[in-house]
Amino acid sequence: MGGSSAADIQHHVKIYYRVFAALAVLTVVTVAVARIHLPLAGAVAVALFVASIKGTLVACYFMHLLTEKAMLFWILALCALFFIVLMAIPVLTDHEVMRRTVNVAVPPMKIHETTPATGH
Amino acid sequence: MSGAHATDSHAGHDHGHGHSHDHGHGHELPFWRKYIFSVDHKVIGVQYTITSLLFLLFGFALMWVMRFQLAYPGQPIPIIGKMLGASLVDSSGILIGNGYNAFGAMHGTIMVFLGIVPLAVGGFGNYVLPLQIGAPDMAFPRLNMASYWVYLPGGLIMLASFFTRDGAAQSGWTSYPPLSVVNIGGQTWWLIGMVFLITSSLLGSVNFIVTTVQLRVKGLSFFRLPFFVWAQLVTSFLLLLAFPPLEAAAVMQLMDRVAGTSFFMPGGLIVTDVVQNQYSGGGSPVLWQHLFWFLAHPEVYVLILPGLGIIAEVIANNTRKPLWGYKALVHSAIFLGFMSFIVWAHHMFMTGMGTTLSTFFQFTTMVISVPSVIILTCFIISLWGASIRYTVPMLFALSFLPMFAIGGLTGLPLGLTASDIHLHDTYYVIGHFHYVVAPGTIFAMFAGIYYWFPKVTGRKMSDLLGKIHWFFSFIFINGVFMPMFFQGMAGILRRQYDQSYQLHGASAQGLSMMASWSAWCLGLAQIPFIINFFYSAFAGKKVGKNPWEATTLEWSAPSPPPHGNFDAVPVVQCGPYEYSVPGRKSDYLPQNIAMEA
Amino acid sequence: MSDSAIIPHDVEPHPLTGMYNGKFGLWLFLASEVMLFGALFSSYVLLRTGAPEGTWPRGEDILNWKLAMLNTMFLITSSVTMVMAWAELKMNRLGKAKQMLAITFALAGAFMVVKYFEYTDKFHHYQVELLAPMAHDGHDVMKITGHNVKETEDSVSIEPDAHGADKSAKHAPITIERSKIKRVTNFGPAHSTFLAVYFTLTGLHGLHIVGGMVVIGYLIFAADRIWKWNPEKMVNRVECTGLYWHFVDLVWIFLFPVLYLL
Repeated sequence: MGGSSAADIQHHVKIYYRVFAALAVLTVVTVAVARIHLPLAGAVAVALFVASIKGTLVACYFMHLLTEKAMLFWILALCALFFIVLMAIPVLTDHEVMRRTVNVAVPPMKIHETTPATGH
Repeated sequence: MSGAHATDSHAGHDHGHGHSHDHGHGHELPFWRKYIFSVDHKVIGVQYTITSLLFLLFGFALMWVMRFQLAYPGQPIPIIGKMLGASLVDSSGILIGNGYNAFGAMHGTIMVFLGIVPLAVGGFGNYVLPLQIGAPDMAFPRLNMASYWVYLPGGLIMLASFFTRDGAAQSGWTSYPPLSVVNIGGQTWWLIGMVFLITSSLLGSVNFIVTTVQLRVKGLSFFRLPFFVWAQLVTSFLLLLAFPPLEAAAVMQLMDRVAGTSFFMPGGLIVTDVVQNQYSGGGSPVLWQHLFWFLAHPEVYVLILPGLGIIAEVIANNTRKPLWGYKALVHSAIFLGFMSFIVWAHHMFMTGMGTTLSTFFQFTTMVISVPSVIILTCFIISLWGASIRYTVPMLFALSFLPMFAIGGLTGLPLGLTASDIHLHDTYYVIGHFHYVVAPGTIFAMFAGIYYWFPKVTGRKMSDLLGKIHWFFSFIFINGVFMPMFFQGMAGILRRQYDQSYQLHGASAQGLSMMASWSAWCLGLAQIPFIINFFYSAFAGKKVGKNPWEATTLEWSAPSPPPHGNFDAVPVVQCGPYEYSVPGRKSDYLPQNIAMEA
Repeated sequence: MSDSAIIPHDVEPHPLTGMYNGKFGLWLFLASEVMLFGALFSSYVLLRTGAPEGTWPRGEDILNWKLAMLNTMFLITSSVTMVMAWAELKMNRLGKAKQMLAITFALAGAFMVVKYFEYTDKFHHYQVELLAPMAHDGHDVMKITGHNVKETEDSVSIEPDAHGADKSAKHAPITIERSKIKRVTNFGPAHSTFLAVYFTLTGLHGLHIVGGMVVIGYLIFAADRIWKWNPEKMVNRVECTGLYWHFVDLVWIFLFPVLYLL
């Protein structure tokens, strides 16, 4: 990050203030939407969507991610992938979800059958 | 921990980057800063090595006692039986159930977290990696020092739990709740110790990755790196990204034990007729398993990868040929690291997952065996047409190959859900993972010690003692673990302190006795090594920079290397394994131009 | 100071990564922190989706979202002042940079003060769970919340919270026999899995804030000395601390809606 001139920095400073304003507005939006009391799935989707926008702004502008080289992105992408895997655990272990994706109607097993029944 | 600082490398004087030695120190450092709180990666590497070897010996000793109980159930432990505390033995010196469990849990924990990983990564990684990339030290020397001084207290905290009234942690190294939450004993200490160890590991892994990427000398592109460095790099990524979920889980379990939370405590739990209503309930024991194995599976690749790296170096050096399939090795290591994050639930096939989920994990587990096989195959093909030198490191490396193969192959029936139903939690599992770690990784560690000892001390270890050590270790280590496959297939379960209690277990007692006697003889077989290690450090035959006639950069530094490592900054001219290059007088071409004969 | 060898790329960026060592190291550390907080968020989702219908409280019923919104504004502002501190250093204005760092520190302190009040409020607020419905305040209830709990061997007395229109009116203490009580607990981590998650997530986040404050405090204290010895290093240290600080802010940006609003 060396070598930026004072004018460059002033330009950056203007951006920082704009991002700050955006973050403040989005915070108000988050709370306002919450007061509407959407059904849970919708509320979660909206809240996470707005939070993601705020997070992206912080990462891109305050953390200077926009000006970094590709190598860092690959590492962060790797991290993001494993983060998704980690978040997938609760979905995967939710038995109801699993029961829905597996055969629901299982034919009754006949007493003399030697082949195992499929599914659960 | 709070944010890291950029390294404070001020010598106070302005030296150009060409000079990596002599920083204008007009004064010698005091003893405590030179050998105790040192920031030099070599000193830290030695500290890690000695500490972890001691922990390994202690963990091994726990198993000697356990194996006595297994071979001779219900008999007083000889010699030390009456000396052990009330949490471990009864009044006649017979190991009690809780004591067996405490030894078992601590054996696993100490070997994995206090022994192998600190040795493989903290010991070998710290010492050798900067040398192999031509760097004067690690990227963050003070962070390096901090990581050792967080590891040591963590280990001591875990050991201290043995001296509490109810003894050490007794819920397996896997610490499954609800037992681990309600159990007496030092589980709380275990959890606190784990937080220290994980912190130490995180500091170290950041250091390793930054060092490997940023501090390579000129000419050392990624595909000219020794395989050892690649192995350490992948290992560090595994440690970086996989350990934090266990840290989170450890905090949650700590809160369950200490603050009455119910992260892992299901509702309505009754323990010995007492309803556990100090917990609010609604927790999920399976959640712990997911978070634990999310780390612990990549952890087993952390256990093996540095070993594979060492084997690669030793094989290349002692076959006087380049390694066969260098690119395949590197790509396999990277793919292995990546896959290791998505196989963890093969440790949980018996927890009631649906078939969709278990099929997914079975599939990924089968896929992950492919890069391991590729790596092993490359090593074996490297032997073809080689001029093999049967040095002590090479003996360990050669015997590693079939041992690792057995360990890997016996993993397959465990990774397949159908056969795992029969084999899960039996001695078969114990046999499988010990083959990979004991005659696998530990043999690789020995190979590494014999191989790099001359660099660290400037003296060679005795070949005779080394060969005796190898021969008897090889025989007895097979004697310990081979019977376990048969016991497991016969249905003998793990973590039982009296195998003869069940009818089918009684018939396998003979195998247990064989395993126990082999274990004690294996212990005796380490005596030549211990003698060799200390004697040679002071009175071994002195050697120069490159006693093994090796190509990689560490062998162009003095033995032992001074502070700053190299006389002049190395410049790399070629790949890491340029042995038997046609048309050259000597049978090896060093990576460092300056070393060329 | 310490006896380190001269390390390449300590301040000079590496061509491959475009970063100096410290910055690269800090980004890697942040990647591991993502996994740490990710594991806790993941546990939260698992525990919440697995909870039987009606047993999981809503954040906005138990927690004070207004205070949390204030805290959010504190942190976002502190993020701006943090990056401004870096910008001022790049423009060679050490004095202004120290001011910005000081404001960041103060805002972080304000955050922790609000957190302190939030936590102590929870620890002093109690809930009595009954075995059978009891008449109270006009209807039958299974749970009574309130303050000033006094426990004896036979009974528990509590000053119940006021409900309905007249929130300021306090009820007189009532006494309940132990035989009617299933459980007495404050709104601490042991109360419910929701609060356990709340305290763990915000507690861990709070520890990170304190850690950041220690570093920022040190930078303010040592600024003159470091700037005189090596200005580029001062800029880099502030940049790295800033990266950490923005991450801590980022975690809160997700924590706030997830815990307080959903």
